[in-house]
Amino acid sequence: MTEWLNVILQGVLIGGLYAMFAAGLSLIFGVMRLVNIAHGDLIVLAAYVALTVTDTLGIGPLTSLILVVPAMALIGYAMQRLLLNRTLGDDLLPPLLVTFGLSIIIQNGLLEVFTADSRKLQAGAVEIMTYQVSPGIWIGLLPLIQFIVAVAVIAGLQVLFYRTALGRAFRATSDDQSVAQLMGLDTRHVFAMAMALSLAIIAIAGVFLAVRSNFDPAIGPARLIFGFEAVIIGGLGSMWGTLAGGIILGVSQAIGAQIDPGWQLLAGHIVFLVILAIRPQGLFPKVSG
Amino acid sequence: MRDALLNVNGIDVYYGDFQALFGVSITIEAGQVVAVIGANGAGKSTLLRSIAGLMHPRRGDITFDGAPSGHAAAFDVVKRGIALVPEGRRLFPSLSVEENLKIGAQSGRPGPWSLARIYQLFPVLAERKHLPATALSGGQQQMAAIGRALMSNPRLLLCDEISLGLAPIIVRDIYAQLPAIVGDGMSLIIVEQDIAQALKAASQVYCLQEGRIALQGPAQSLTRDAISAAYFGV
Repeated sequence: MTEWLNVILQGVLIGGLYAMFAAGLSLIFGVMRLVNIAHGDLIVLAAYVALTVTDTLGIGPLTSLILVVPAMALIGYAMQRLLLNRTLGDDLLPPLLVTFGLSIIIQNGLLEVFTADSRKLQAGAVEIMTYQVSPGIWIGLLPLIQFIVAVAVIAGLQVLFYRTALGRAFRATSDDQSVAQLMGLDTRHVFAMAMALSLAIIAIAGVFLAVRSNFDPAIGPARLIFGFEAVIIGGLGSMWGTLAGGIILGVSQAIGAQIDPGWQLLAGHIVFLVILAIRPQGLFPKVSG
Repeated sequence: MRDALLNVNGIDVYYGDFQALFGVSITIEAGQVVAVIGANGAGKSTLLRSIAGLMHPRRGDITFDGAPSGHAAAFDVVKRGIALVPEGRRLFPSLSVEENLKIGAQSGRPGPWSLARIYQLFPVLAERKHLPATALSGGQQQMAAIGRALMSNPRLLLCDEISLGLAPIIVRDIYAQLPAIVGDGMSLIIVEQDIAQALKAASQVYCLQEGRIALQGPAQSLTRDAISAAYFGV
């Protein structure tokens, strides 16, 4: 019994990471109907940026977030302003193709610079510290921090969307671009701010991913899939739904892995497909936001 | 003679290959109310959209407050002091009534209009400020759309068919508020299909027909026959 409780708990905690993969993806789709195929590769890019920062400055990965988050946000703003804004229009295909191209460029660029070797960020003692919650149930400090950060990110996004002028601008632009312009909103800037925010979240997710496990330039697309699945399970447009989606995916994978280690990914995909078949709108859909 | 606030000078406006306006010129002075009338598809909305910066003339120019504005982007035009109440109201459905009004102030222009003053003008909006904009009745949505445009403290307000789809009594109520709205010396262009309403409110009238100005003059000087001739092109 405790063994299963443990499994579920670990699944919930990893679900926080998946929710962070998903949050940026959901934000971008919500604001500008852009499906960012390069999302997973940008997560990996953030991991390599963090690797470079930690190696160069000799600081820990969590501290490196102070630099990696703004750096990624800047990259996001520039990428949207200089490239992706030009692809947006009535047709969904051009942004899809361009982000697909970006995905390939990022993967091969990373391969060229950092080789195909597996890397990992070292966070030191925090990685192996654990707490015993009750007999047989242990929580690692790092997964716990990761989960708390994920909840904070989702809560922060929720507040930003519904309590700030920027969030209002995001929602208005999402509703009606031309009327948003009549209100004095430069939609090119609004979109770039959304992409900057998305990449700031990607930076956090990328650093936690890189501390938790090995990474190499090719693992991006699988992270994109996890993010997608979490968004769809939770329901488009709902931030808390995205967190729930991430947790459901994490728990499914953990249970699958417990039954048979080969089932970890499959179990997650099966649960995703079942939910997609039964409730295509996701578990907690929301029209607005 | 005073300098005109807005000068639209012989503009040609296209949707792709389709030409919607042919050498249209209008002039409006500070504090003036101008009506633009015409049948469906005559180019009235295109004219307003061009003035607001959503469309740009291929030939001709638009000058607002002494500066060329014909090729400025819409988000820039509103900062200079032109606000459009779009046809069909087009409130943001994801935003509450109050958020719709607040986003109208996004351009940051100082002036007499504030949330409190909008609520004073349309008290029903204050009662329903936390509801989603979609929960309002048609007339209330129109009030919110006008309020949203006023929140940018415009010097020129463009109203596109504010009577469209509304009960006559509600249209009368909304028009009854116009004097309070333009009292501060704001200029106003109203586009209407309801000619009687437009003639009553405006001092100057332009009649568009198939993208050209077919008739113009002071509202009192135009006879019914002249208007229907210009309106229908008979």
